[in-house]
Amino acid sequence: MNAPEKAQSAIGASVRRKEDYRFLTGGGKYTDDVTLPGQSYAYFVRSPHAHAKILKINKSAALKAPGVIAVYTGDDTAADKMGGLPCGWLIKDVKGEPMKEPPHPPLAQGKVRHVGDQVAVIIAETYNQAKDAAELLEVDYDVLPAVVDAVEALKPGAPQVHDGAPNNRCYLWSLGDKAATDAAFAKAHHVTKIDITNNRLIPNAIEPRAALAHYNRADESYTLYVANQNPHVERLLMTAFVLGLPEHKVRVIAPDVGGGFGSKIFLYAEDVIVTWASKKVNRPVKWTADRSEAFLSDAHGRDHHTHAELAMDKDGKFLGLRVKTIANLGAYLSTFGSSVPTYLYGTLLAGQYTTPAIYVEVDAAFTNTTPVDAYRGAGRPEATYVLERIVSQAAREMNLDQAEIRRRNFITAFPYQTPVALMYDIGDYKSCLDKAQKLADVAGFPARRAEAEKRGKKRGLGYSTYIEACGLAPSNIAGALGARAGLFEAGEIRVHPTGSVTVFTGSHSHGQGHETTFAQVVAARLGIPVESVDVVHGDTGRMPFGMGTYGSRSIAVGGAAIMKALDKIEAKGKKIAAHLLEAAESDIEFKDGKFTVAGTDKSVPFGGVAFSAYVPHNYPLDKLEPGLNETAFYDPGNFTYPAGTHIAEVEVDPETGVVQIVNFSAVDDFGNIINPMIVEGQVHGGLAQGIGQAMLENCVYDQETGQLLTGSYMDYAMPRAADLPSFKVDTHVTPCTHNPLGVKGCGEAGAIGSPPAVVNAVIDALAPLGVKHLEMPLTPERVWRAIQGKPTKVA
Amino acid sequence: MYAFEFHRPKSVSEAAALLAKSKGKLIAGGQSLVGAMKLRLASPENLVDLGGVAELRGIKREGNAIVIGAGTRHAEVAASKDVQSSIPALAALAGGIGDRQVRNMGTIGGSLANNDPAADYPAAVLGLGATIRTNKRTIAADDFFKGMYETALAPDELITAVSFPAPKKAAYIKFRNPASRFALVGVFVSQDASGVRVAVTGAGSAGVFRATALEQALAKNFSPDAVKGIKVDTAKLNTDLHATAEYRAHLITVLAGRAVAKASS
Repeated sequence: MNAPEKAQSAIGASVRRKEDYRFLTGGGKYTDDVTLPGQSYAYFVRSPHAHAKILKINKSAALKAPGVIAVYTGDDTAADKMGGLPCGWLIKDVKGEPMKEPPHPPLAQGKVRHVGDQVAVIIAETYNQAKDAAELLEVDYDVLPAVVDAVEALKPGAPQVHDGAPNNRCYLWSLGDKAATDAAFAKAHHVTKIDITNNRLIPNAIEPRAALAHYNRADESYTLYVANQNPHVERLLMTAFVLGLPEHKVRVIAPDVGGGFGSKIFLYAEDVIVTWASKKVNRPVKWTADRSEAFLSDAHGRDHHTHAELAMDKDGKFLGLRVKTIANLGAYLSTFGSSVPTYLYGTLLAGQYTTPAIYVEVDAAFTNTTPVDAYRGAGRPEATYVLERIVSQAAREMNLDQAEIRRRNFITAFPYQTPVALMYDIGDYKSCLDKAQKLADVAGFPARRAEAEKRGKKRGLGYSTYIEACGLAPSNIAGALGARAGLFEAGEIRVHPTGSVTVFTGSHSHGQGHETTFAQVVAARLGIPVESVDVVHGDTGRMPFGMGTYGSRSIAVGGAAIMKALDKIEAKGKKIAAHLLEAAESDIEFKDGKFTVAGTDKSVPFGGVAFSAYVPHNYPLDKLEPGLNETAFYDPGNFTYPAGTHIAEVEVDPETGVVQIVNFSAVDDFGNIINPMIVEGQVHGGLAQGIGQAMLENCVYDQETGQLLTGSYMDYAMPRAADLPSFKVDTHVTPCTHNPLGVKGCGEAGAIGSPPAVVNAVIDALAPLGVKHLEMPLTPERVWRAIQGKPTKVA
Repeated sequence: MYAFEFHRPKSVSEAAALLAKSKGKLIAGGQSLVGAMKLRLASPENLVDLGGVAELRGIKREGNAIVIGAGTRHAEVAASKDVQSSIPALAALAGGIGDRQVRNMGTIGGSLANNDPAADYPAAVLGLGATIRTNKRTIAADDFFKGMYETALAPDELITAVSFPAPKKAAYIKFRNPASRFALVGVFVSQDASGVRVAVTGAGSAGVFRATALEQALAKNFSPDAVKGIKVDTAKLNTDLHATAEYRAHLITVLAGRAVAKASS
């Protein structure tokens, strides 16, 4: 992705990240770096059992331990009438009934439902004192049978997680036209069927979650520092639903945040408890998760079991798709847990294809596991995995080339209304595929395969032509589908008297590089150096409002809000310039940082207009307010639809089952690109996570006891540099038609497109040995067993 | 981590005396112990740190043997010209332990005394027929490893050095656990005048062991083909989250063949 040389502030230039100096020199400031006078420390006592009644809690020994300030349990939160943690998306089931929403208490009320469930909080002078006292808290449990697998949870006789959710069912949801789909299958020439699992993942952001709350009794206000992706949403949910606090008395600051991948979108019990406790003890209260707690308490991702069927005509044209998925929601509904396996999943099952009839049913179950919610891609990787696996399987069964079956079914005319609710505005799937095939040197693959064969190795090539829906979301559409929040974004442009600019955005950067990308957008528009623009985010006390960063929405929605605010800046600037230049406003043009009277050489630079706005000596005060500070809210007209082709090439050692990814090529259409280097970085990170899911990562619970067996890096396998090839990435651009920057978003594509490409490649490599199916992660033993024709025995 | 008393002796005798008096635990690099203490899985009240005992460090030749002081870091073994020239398989093994930080802190004595069932050094010690020297006696490799995290060391005994006879041929191949990157299976093969040794780490339910069926086959014919098709008994192998005993048994045979090829190349 070698961008041509461009001016360093231009859109399309690989401007070096403004934030990197801070991060690389240890100047970042994360929640745990914040220390307030009089700060105390919280430690959460967590359930050691997956499912148990709490018979009795005896605080007395813990309260007497050195340094202990307070010990709170569910009785204390109940006495203060603390609400449960809310779910932000109401799903209606196949009968139109609302989903089951059992209470999600921040501290357990008489029962624990997963290992790591919060039972009590100890607040002490030091972290170690709190932790020591935690060992003295006496909790009597009556251990109950547990169920951790969603398929098992839905069976009759399974242990019941919530009294209010019979058979552990949260909802049975559907999307699409069942009758039309059945009719399509009735006339099919061939039907391909697969049963696949999307393995459960643990997010593993490099910065563990942390929260530091401070209550100021002088003005009865709260400040919460928290590792979070959307501080305004955090504040809204916490004040309105849980603590009943006046929203204007609570300031939520998400300072530097070290990665989120979705796991820091949500309102967590710990955030609520430290905020509440800071008033109870009248001291700042800090909690920082250790890595073991992160494994147990960060919302997990994926965990689907799916049966899918694809109906085709004799030419391999797709006629219908039928999908039945069982989704694991964990023990409680996390903030957006209900939406991930439904509207973020079922709606993506058309993929890049013209399949005319699609019907999907999702059965969502409560289990005795950590709650499951959005994780990089959130529903879209699961949909892509189902679709791209079944399409590849269909190609093999129909004896069609992997690229050819895709080409035959590509959508080519836009806009395109899918049978699963979405309206794609634009795309060019064939060009992405063509470009990816060149990048991957598909033409040279047979020779490489033959060469590998001589060394006793099996080579394979796997495709994934994915689509995603990003830029969440038109608020009215989301609202109609059950979202309990708006999905717009806000931006404020504050021009200073000397012409430099501070941008306040409701998007939140926790690794995405917004401080650079957004500054480029503003600098390019105003014709000023990128150094003259600073971007501020993550503070409800400073932003007008914000919905935060997730779902690859920041540039498409947050960037658009900034563009709208810039429109207002430009419009006001023209009025000021018209006055200064003694010309009609309609004759003023703004270009390259100058306001010019059209057709003349009379101009005033942007900085001059800014100065005039704040030193309004020569200024139309009778018609215009002074100052140059504009705010805009932007609500998108549609989702954006990044799409692309990923091609994996693998080499398998049939003797050991070891898979090496020897090449990985990705051609993505993200619409217009602001900063190619940052986009490439996002793609690399996404690919590493997607390949991690395909090859290594797997969250495993003990089926009997419900204990998390992969609770540390000794057992949970994360991808490392040596596991990854040097990626070949490129882009193909069809600008988004409905936002001002023509952008689509790039944060999740790598994690969405790559898993099926890798698995398809390994199946391609082993097909000559009779292997037709493999489940993620592709551990050496699983692959070896598949080659041996042995059933999988390992977790 | 719980609070503990920290002792830093200057000599082996002082260390032994402190160990006996405090009933504490030796720390020799701490790459396993400190992690366990941070997780509160280990809670010694006294720690006797061997890091200040100069006489435990260093690598020297004694005839046909390489003698490595117990306090020698993995990185020092990996970088040693003497080890590289006499027993290149041992230098390579040391260079593949853990990560850079572990190799710069961890010691051979600490690793052997801990006897983690997936550690690398036990495979080299058993696979080369090394001799463990302690402050009280010498112990043959075959008598040293007594099971998972168990050794022949007495409570007040500490390793001072390990003597490795230089073999004719040797190689170590580690198949890493994808999560921990410890040995899922590690096979150390050596050949010298006294015969062939095949030591296996990572796989045994009682820690490192010698694969006698493979040794017998290789004693007759030291070639990769000699082990092909030999089925290692699964009875005493681990099944865990990462691999079944069946797969580990298969890997032992495959890796032994590859180690023989590497040793012969």
